[in-house]
Amino acid sequence: MTGAVKITNGGDIRGGARRTSIFLQWTFFIPAVVLLLLVIMAIFAPVLAPYPYDQIAMSDRLMPPFFAEGGSTDHVLGTDLIGRDVLSRVIYGARISLSVALLVILITASIGTVLGIIAGYLGGRTDAFLMRFTDISLAFPAILIALLFAASIGPGYWTVVIAISLLGWAPFARLIRGEALKLREADFVAQARIIGTSPLRIMVRHIFPNIINPLIIMVTLSVGMIILTEAILSFLGAGIPPPAASWGNMVNDGRSLIDVAWWISTFPGLAIGLVVLAGNFLGDWLRDKMDPRLRQI
Amino acid sequence: MSKVILKVEDLRTSFFTRKGEVKAVDGVSFYVREGETFGIVGESGCGKTVTGLSILRLLPEPGGQIVGGKIIMDGTNLLELDKKEMRAYRGKVISMILQDPMSSLNPVYPIGDQIAEAVRLHQGLRDEMVQQEVISALRLLQIPTPEVILGDYPFQLSGGMRQRVVGAIAMSCHPRLLIADEPTTALDATIQAQYIALFKDVQKKTNVSIIFITHDFGVVANMCHRVAVMYAGKIVETASTSTIFKSPRHPYTSALIKSVPRLDRKDKRLYSIKGQPPSLLDLPPGCRFFPRCPMAKNVCREQEPPEVEVGDGHSVSCWGVK
Repeated sequence: MTGAVKITNGGDIRGGARRTSIFLQWTFFIPAVVLLLLVIMAIFAPVLAPYPYDQIAMSDRLMPPFFAEGGSTDHVLGTDLIGRDVLSRVIYGARISLSVALLVILITASIGTVLGIIAGYLGGRTDAFLMRFTDISLAFPAILIALLFAASIGPGYWTVVIAISLLGWAPFARLIRGEALKLREADFVAQARIIGTSPLRIMVRHIFPNIINPLIIMVTLSVGMIILTEAILSFLGAGIPPPAASWGNMVNDGRSLIDVAWWISTFPGLAIGLVVLAGNFLGDWLRDKMDPRLRQI
Repeated sequence: MSKVILKVEDLRTSFFTRKGEVKAVDGVSFYVREGETFGIVGESGCGKTVTGLSILRLLPEPGGQIVGGKIIMDGTNLLELDKKEMRAYRGKVISMILQDPMSSLNPVYPIGDQIAEAVRLHQGLRDEMVQQEVISALRLLQIPTPEVILGDYPFQLSGGMRQRVVGAIAMSCHPRLLIADEPTTALDATIQAQYIALFKDVQKKTNVSIIFITHDFGVVANMCHRVAVMYAGKIVETASTSTIFKSPRHPYTSALIKSVPRLDRKDKRLYSIKGQPPSLLDLPPGCRFFPRCPMAKNVCREQEPPEVEVGDGHSVSCWGVK
């Protein structure tokens, strides 16, 4: 907030101390902890991983995980075709998969929010133009466009980020535009106009803070989508090139060996599933929390 | 007599819809003096609110448009200002309180910030000064312990209190004209009386002129110095409050006054005006009140009545007045 008035609230007895701790609500707690652990895992990958992600050990090729027959605790989750440690690669893969998700969300949510607020608040021709543009973007099959883009630029980390962002902003824009359209008619926005607030300031100070809730929900729900899209791109060979590990290209690597070495694809696949589930649970929880109609039940 | 600060001349505001042009305000003229309360009375849909919004040039878009006339505030025709100049007038020179002040506060900011926004926008003060201005605005509206309330969010305040905060926002930049659009409609009777007393007090302290838009003749009697009665986008009668009640000349005015329930008379039935106001899309050629008028004559059907001055500051548009 820009330059808030310094406020001294004499002994606040109103807010606070009436809701139960959110840490007692498992639908929040479990997904939040899962995501937090994955993020920690990604950040401390060099410390946590038993081997470098690209260390090849031809003597230890296709070793199964420790609990399966022939497995050893040297490679807890087994090794792949050229003897790289699957656990280490899953841990390193979190770096790429989670950072791609974070970057794409930052890009798409920002673009979508800015365009959505402008379209919704200004209305008229601006709205019509921006929304037709959005509709066109939504009409394209996102994966194919991303694939086309990645294939023509050449695979790489930033290619993946840009390819997913290319059309990913459109759902954000549509959602935010709807919210802004609703708020435009709100009395407090009219009041702001009455005291001479400029349109830009109304959008930044009055509209934006009131759409943060749906925005957060949309963000948590799209985390899973983005990781899946990255996985699909990598799976199709247009994603992160080897030897770097991303969950998507690991699943792809193990695909042809699924009947002899199921563990190569399964563990990164599980990691993807875990993030997607955690993101969705968190999104659902937030949606329930922030919808006053559901909150009262 | 104090000087005239606002002069509205032949104001015409239309909404352009798919069905055609809706003439919501069709040639309205009036003036407001410094420190006086001018009432605009009429039934729903007669153009009262649109008149108020036109003065601030804040018509609903798309569709709403001022198509003619002049709005002269202190010698400046507001309709000739560009957007930026107009914004400088809003809040600073002319301010407004909306029909439902309860929802006029942004739920995500403490009220202190919301008043400060207006102050900062127009006065370019430093933070300590802003704080002082905010507190004095809250004091003006008789809000107890302003220093504490400053940090509260709208949901922490009662309805009556929120309404005063909205008043404080409107008054925070010391406007010379305040447009109050039915601010008492959403209140119950006791709070309503308090609120009107509060308005009078604010006016005494600041000498602000008020345009009070209402459909309630009781409020008019309490609050206004002069009144204009509107019907279907036109002002049909303007007079001082006492004249309007003592000797209304337009049949619509007298009908409206007769329809106010009274405790001191034991009438069997409350008077009501038969029929409905005409559609603003398709106005009759003559007097707009003609189809419902008990005193209608032939000329009323064919020609619009001119505005006639019948006494000191008392003008009527009716063929029945000679």
